[in-house]
This record gives sequence, structure tokens and C-alpha cells, in this order.
Amino acid sequence: MLFLSKKQDWLGNISGDMLAGIVVALALIPEAIAFSIIAGVDPKVGLYASFCIAVITAFVGGRPGMISAATGAMALLMVTLVKDHGLQYLLAATLLTGVLQIIAGYLKLGSLMSFVSRSVVTGFVNALAILIFMAQLPELTHVTWHVYAMTAGGLAIIYLFPYIPVIGKSLPSPLVCIVALTVIAIYLQLDIRTVGDMGALPDTLPIFLWPEVPLTLETLQIILPYSVPLAVVGMLESMMTATIVDDLTDTPSDKNRECKGQGLANIGAGLLGGMAGCAMIGQSIINIKSGGRGRLSTLCAGVFLLIMVVFLDEWLSKIPMAALVAVMIMVSIGTFSWSSIVKLKQHPLSTNIVMVATVIVVVWTHNLAYGVFVGVLLASLFFANKIGHFMYVESKLDEATNSRTYHVIGQVFFNSADKFTAAFDFKEAVEKIVIDLHRAHFWDISSVTALDKVVIKFRREGAEVELIGLNEASSTIVDRFGVHDKPEEIEKIMGGH
Amino acid sequence: MNTNTNRVLACIDGSSLTEAVCDYAAWIAQRVDAPLKLLHMIDHHHETAAISDLSGNIGLGSQEHLLEELAAVEQQRSKLRLQQGKLLLQAAKERVIQAGITNPDSNQRHGSLVESLIELEDSIRVLVIGIRGKVHENQPDKIGAKLESIIRSLHKPILVVNDAFKAPQRIMIAYDGSKATEKAIDMVAISPLYKGLTCHLVNVSKDDAATEQLLEAAVSKLKNAGGIEVTTKKLQGKPDQALCEYQDKHDIDMIVMGAFSHTRIHDLLLGSFTAKMLVNAKKPLLLLR
Repeated sequence: MLFLSKKQDWLGNISGDMLAGIVVALALIPEAIAFSIIAGVDPKVGLYASFCIAVITAFVGGRPGMISAATGAMALLMVTLVKDHGLQYLLAATLLTGVLQIIAGYLKLGSLMSFVSRSVVTGFVNALAILIFMAQLPELTHVTWHVYAMTAGGLAIIYLFPYIPVIGKSLPSPLVCIVALTVIAIYLQLDIRTVGDMGALPDTLPIFLWPEVPLTLETLQIILPYSVPLAVVGMLESMMTATIVDDLTDTPSDKNRECKGQGLANIGAGLLGGMAGCAMIGQSIINIKSGGRGRLSTLCAGVFLLIMVVFLDEWLSKIPMAALVAVMIMVSIGTFSWSSIVKLKQHPLSTNIVMVATVIVVVWTHNLAYGVFVGVLLASLFFANKIGHFMYVESKLDEATNSRTYHVIGQVFFNSADKFTAAFDFKEAVEKIVIDLHRAHFWDISSVTALDKVVIKFRREGAEVELIGLNEASSTIVDRFGVHDKPEEIEKIMGGH
Repeated sequence: MNTNTNRVLACIDGSSLTEAVCDYAAWIAQRVDAPLKLLHMIDHHHETAAISDLSGNIGLGSQEHLLEELAAVEQQRSKLRLQQGKLLLQAAKERVIQAGITNPDSNQRHGSLVESLIELEDSIRVLVIGIRGKVHENQPDKIGAKLESIIRSLHKPILVVNDAFKAPQRIMIAYDGSKATEKAIDMVAISPLYKGLTCHLVNVSKDDAATEQLLEAAVSKLKNAGGIEVTTKKLQGKPDQALCEYQDKHDIDMIVMGAFSHTRIHDLLLGSFTAKMLVNAKKPLLLLR
């Protein structure tokens, strides 16, 4: 199942996919190098990872046309692991991440994405954009003015080059930027940092190697705290990117297959000396924009990347870091959801709070998983609060029989239970109380307990209490948890009074 | 209720066979007294890109711009296709009304034909479809790209039209005694479609004695049903060639047979009889599944 693909996913768009694949590969190289630097490993680790992940997800991924490779979100999570324990433990953690993701895929955890609301997704991508931008800052501090000039020039090329007629739309402007800045740096013999200064570049095709770590429980204790967030963040970003690609191409994707695909890709990356990665929002948008749709585009991106890297490593090392910074700033700007800022005024406050809270937590902790957790939690609380408002109680006194009928309408659950209890007038001396629950929904034990308390309180005041119209949903919960019809339980509940 | 189920469904796409498909569908609908529905699919070919901008950069709001741009391009295309489809359906409707069908139903849907047909399967009594669509229109040695998947995924009778309409007089049943063809015989016996037609029950095999028995049983079944004139014939040689030659010689108008009773893998290795018949037969094939 994992390897079966429709023919049209591969061959439906051959020329478009190949061209888009080349454009993406050209943009992947600076990203892979930049993310390796973030993680604190040699650029080759990120480049091998990008090749491996792109190629494997092309075959086993659930979203044709999506680009996966080494990413900033993942790189940020591994910084301390690399610093404290070295590259081999990172490779082992990458393997474990893959295993966890495959398990998640088989457990169909991809469907949990439905709990991640729109504002959390927006917060996630905005935070990601900010993190990518912040990761460029070390390259821009304590440097000569040349670097600033080069970076600004690079950005100008990237955004203005497409306006040149004819060639503007057929040459990828990030490539033009890199080539131009490299030529300038070599020609003027500028003394600025280049890619070659950042560590080893690939000089051969990747080779299979098992991470050199002892297979002990201690190793597991070291890598597991890294693998779990890596797996979570990898799946989150992949699912979000898949949704974006779904929207852009108006086609469906298989999210659970994507989880398994990401897992396999990470296992492959770990075995070929690469770091963990996931789907990339910016690159996937570039791919779709360039006309890529099928699995072939992802495969081409990976293969072209490797070919260029292995055969052009001499030139690659001469690229000034300023050029990479310019490209990464572009990725950061492109990833940022501009409309979320424009629409801040239109959206309800709760939505904005969720979005901003997600961003703040991520930027603070450098861990997208925490941000999403906080975002989902806040969104759920806001939702519970909103639903809690959908409850009211009205009542009518029948003087002839000295009885009062309460009508409960709406949702009764932990959040509205107090409001529910407070709606009854226990001081009123009546003989009979009727509580009509026809149009009420009891969701949890809190609501059932609240109803019990109300019934018992009325009884203690000497009234007969009758419940009518417990609808089916409510009555199942009341039957299971209710105590008001069991006398021995009454004293327990009201014991404190 | 009956108007929603048991329809004759004709798939039209504007290729040269569309008119023949309408005619055959009308013929069947009249003979079995079932409502007729015309179906036109708008397949969007999402696997190819509508626009391609190789500038490779992304800026503020790139994603939103791209979405809007893609949506606008596709909206234009789809509108055009919708319009074309409406015209096609209108022409087809007029044609079947002229053929004597009252109130034909027409339907236009988005998506792939195979998926739509699977969804509609329960309401289909007979599916009428051209052997090749617009893509392969001028390649007489090819069958439509989706035809095999359609035949394999549906379990309803499918009439594959490959020639201009001629009201069938003589039909040929390709009979090999397998379960699929046994069922085909049963269906032919009970359906009003075949009443009054001459039926050639043809078997291609080497073993004479066993064949004789098989044919006899089948003939008696058909004769008991009444209204069908039956002749039998035993042929030798390669089944597809022998059947096609026989069809030529006796001026058979329609071939009735089972279809794709083997798995895809079996057919991949050994070749599929149904596929050969689809390519070689000169007259419409009614595939009973």
C-alpha cells in the first residue's frame, strides 16, 4: 500500500514536474546548508538528509507534489543534542523519530490534526517564519558592512529579477542571487564568510552507515526526549503543509500515509548520515508555483540536489553566507502568513489570542510542539467557554398547585455546571418542582453531579422533584453516573452541608 | 422508486462515438423499458499544472496570491468545460428524444469517470460507453485508458460501443461454460432485451463431448425463456480470432460475453481475452459481469 501510486501521480505532468524539481532543488541547497548550521552540524548532514527525505517521500509520501527535506523546525530541536552528545546520537535520534512516526501513522494519529484549529496553524507558520529569520541573525551580527550590502543586494535580486522581461520568469531568482553574489565576492576578493567555512560539504554520494552509538537503555534515555518532539513537530508541519498543498491544488491527500512516509524518510536519512526532516511549507509553495504537481517533482528535487552538490562542491564552498541569508530571509517572508496580520482586526479576540500565544511560546522555547500544545489548549478552553454560554434556565410558577417548572435549555457540562446550579431558586417555598430537561444536553459527570445537587437541595427544602424529558444523550450519562435516585448516596454527596 | 434505480446510463464525452452511444442507450432503454440517463463528466486533470512560474521566489502573501491565481485560472477553464458539456448533453438529449425516449435524464458531474460510476453503480441497470474517449479518438488500435478499470470496478452489464448504431438483429454469445458465462446465459434468458433476436451460441474449444453437453444445457435454458431463436456453433482455434471471424461471416450485430474474470496479475502475464476482444471486435460488446 505504501509503495502503490497512481500512474498519473508520477507521469501526469512530466515536464512541469522536472522543471519545478530543478527550481526546488536550487532553493533546497541553501536551505539545507542553513539548517545544518542551525543544528550545529556539517552542511553535508543537511544536504544528505534533504536528498534522502525528498527521494523517499516521493515514493511513499501521501501528498504528491509536497517537498520534504531538512527543515528549520526540526533543526532547532536538535541543537542541544548535537552540542552535548555529537552527531552520532543525532543520527540515532533521527532513526527513532522515523520509527515513532511510522507507529503514529499506523495508529492513524494523523486524524488528530482536526484538533489543531486554524489559528494554531497560522500561529505555527508565523512562528516558524520568525524562527527561520532569527536563525539568520548570527550571520548578520559582528560583521563588516559588506555583508549587509551583499544581503540587501541579494534580496533585491530575488524580488526584482522576476520583473525583467523574458528571462525574469524562466530563471529562478534565488539562483541568480547566489550566482551573482558569489561572482561579486570572488571578483572583489571580499573577506566574508563562505559556505566552505561552515564545515564539510559532501564530496561523495551518501553511504549507508549505522550510527555509532551503544545500543543501551542509556542511549535511549538520551535520544528519546529529542525523538518525541522531533516526531511530533515533523508530523505537525507535514500535515499542515499537506493541507496547504491540498488547498492549492484542489486535490486530496492521505495524511496517515504521509505520517508513515515521513517516518520511512527519516529512517532513511538516519542511515545515510542525514538529520531528521519533514515537509517544508515554503518549498512546497515554490514547487506548486513552479508548476510541480506529481511525485516526480519531489524525486527530481532530491536527485538534482544531490547531483549538483556532489559535482559542484568546489563552487558550493565559495558561496558567501550573505547569499544564503538572503535566500533564507526570502523563505521566512514567504512562509509568514501575511493575511493573518491583515485580518487581526476582523477576527475575534479569542482567535487572535490563540494565534499570538502560539507564536510567543514557540519563539520563547524554540520548540514548535510546545507552541501547538499551548495553542490547542487555549483554543479548547475558549471553545468550552463559548459553548458554556449556550445554556439558560427559565421557570414558571403554577400557583394553583404551588409548583414551579424549570425549563433547562442548552449545553450543560463542566464549564456551565455552576451557572446551571445558580439558575435555581432554592429559597422559594413550593411543594413541587418539575425540571424539564427536554432541550438540555448533559455532557459529563460535572453536569450530572450538578443536577444531582439541585435535586437533592430541592428535596431537602421539602419539595417533590420530578425530572422530565431527559433526552437520550443525557439519560445515558445520568444512568451511568447519577446518584439522586439512590438514597444511600445522597448523604455522601451532601455530607459537607 | 424505480425511476431512481435501474437506469440505462450513457456516458458521453463529445468524441465521435457519442452519437452511437446515445443511439444504443436509447435502443436498450426502449427494449427493457427503463429510464435513460445521460452522464457527462468534467475531469479536471489536477495532475497537470495550470500555471508555471519558474521565478522560484516567495514573498509576503505568496500562498494567498498563488491560491487566488490558481482558483481564477481553473474557474475560467471549468466554466468553459461546463458550457461545452451542457451543449453536449443538450444535443444528446435531443437525439434520444428523437429516438423515442420520453424524459431522458441528464447529469453533469465533476471528477473522474471511474469514481463517479462506482458511486452511481447501484442506480445503473446497463452502462453504455464508447470504446475510446476523446484522447484516443484517432487510434483505432487502442481502447480508452479508463475502460478496463471501469469494467473491472463495476458489476453491472456494460455495452461497449465501437461503431455507428445499427439495431441489433443477430447477437452472438461467447460461451465457455465458466461461471461468468453461465450467469450471462441466465441474464440473457430473463432479460427482455433479447426477445425476438437471433442468438448464436458460440463456443471455442477442443474438447467436443464436454462442449456438446454444455451447449445443450445452455440452449435449453435460452429456449425455455422463449422469444429467442438459438443456433449453436463450435469453433476451434484462438478464441478471439475465431469469434471475430464468425461475427464477420454471420453478420452478427452484437457480442455478449463475460468480462475480466481473472485477476489483473493473471491478465498481465497471460493476456486478457476480454482486452483482445475489445480491440478486435468490430461490433459492440455487451459485457456481463
